[in-house]
Amino acid sequence: MQFLQPHSWREALEARAAHPGARPIFGGTDVMVDLNFGRKRPETVIDLTRVPEIREWNREDGLLRIGAGVTYTRAITELGNLLPGLAMASRTVGSPQIRNRGTIGGNLGSASPAGDALPPLYASHAVIEVASTRGTRRIPVGQFIIGPKRNVLEPDELIIAFIMPEAEGPQQYAKIGTRNAMVIAVCSFGLALHPESRSVGACIGSAGPTPIQPRDAENFIEDVIEEHDLWESRAEIPASALDRFGVLASEAAMPIDDVRGSADYRRHAVGVLARRTLTWAWNEHRGVAG
Amino acid sequence: MKLRLMVNGESRETEVREGESLLYVLRERLGLFGSKNACEQGECGSCSVYLDGELVCACLVLAGQAEGSEVVTVEGLSEGERLHPVQEAFLEAGAVQCGFCTPGLIVAAHDLLSRNSEPTEAEVREALAGNLCRCTGYEKILTAVQMAAETTP
Repeated sequence: MQFLQPHSWREALEARAAHPGARPIFGGTDVMVDLNFGRKRPETVIDLTRVPEIREWNREDGLLRIGAGVTYTRAITELGNLLPGLAMASRTVGSPQIRNRGTIGGNLGSASPAGDALPPLYASHAVIEVASTRGTRRIPVGQFIIGPKRNVLEPDELIIAFIMPEAEGPQQYAKIGTRNAMVIAVCSFGLALHPESRSVGACIGSAGPTPIQPRDAENFIEDVIEEHDLWESRAEIPASALDRFGVLASEAAMPIDDVRGSADYRRHAVGVLARRTLTWAWNEHRGVAG
Repeated sequence: MKLRLMVNGESRETEVREGESLLYVLRERLGLFGSKNACEQGECGSCSVYLDGELVCACLVLAGQAEGSEVVTVEGLSEGERLHPVQEAFLEAGAVQCGFCTPGLIVAAHDLLSRNSEPTEAEVREALAGNLCRCTGYEKILTAVQMAAETTP
């Protein structure tokens, strides 16, 4: 096995172009497990921890552009106020040791439907920036991830950053697991209220081949809010509408039975999480505790 | 390939294979057996060390990633025979049963107390969530961390 350690983005892209089958590594929380257990032994590993460009985040054209190498710990401490949904999701990842090393870029690269950082990215319509020596392209997150552990990254491309708007309203993330720490989600749900564009973003995690945006549920609740003029009045969303939102979210899930949970359980739980996260976020929009 | 790094304040150099972990380097190349090898997937925390000041699982760090870095293991916390207050507290509270998880827990507790000198019980539980004790001696471990918080300057 060959170990490459580029010190700039340019060098990283050249290394990747020269070794198209190479496996990029940052926090190692996925790659090292494969190596330690001898599951996959790539010919070449490219360490991205020394590439300064992907550790940075900044504002660009009114949006946040966040380097793929920003860890969960940094998403919590540095971006908690700007992206509360992503910070909540990051807090549910692994343990302090894992959050110190694991990155959101890694979640995108691994493309597991259970990736905790993914639902908040879908709920705020994040765009993924990938690059190769041939050039750069930007892909909406929903088109970037195309199947279980599959994304559209070409063999010579690397994920450099993701771009998403700063929160303009309350955001929530909820996850079901067998304990509060160190669990891969049985299922999860991310939700973001966008009062300026008068829309609701939602995403189901770990209950389908990819994270799933429940469009019928989003459209339904947007119509209810509009019809009753709730963005302005900040009155309660009728209980029947909250229930219906949960049912539509549940219907959008495409879960399977596996070691972490049954499809039936996941479908039910997605509905519960959808209703709860919407209730919490809406209460925050109304300025009501809980 | 050659790997150079600082371990517990000492400059070390060793030959490593490209695919091995920092944990393997510490134990098998440098003879530091304090960090334990158990799950090799970041689940158990028994290989917890500091890498450039950050708490990490050494099993999830590829050897080459530590090139030029500063590593502190449980061996680096005491001053010679004088134990660190966190270590003293684990002894005092009887927080050690088989002892396998102890080095990782001590490093994780040390990290917590360096950031938060008066943690609540919930904060201790959260900070130690990535460290498993196979003897399930968690109550005394929690007691030890609270004792250490009181005695750590």
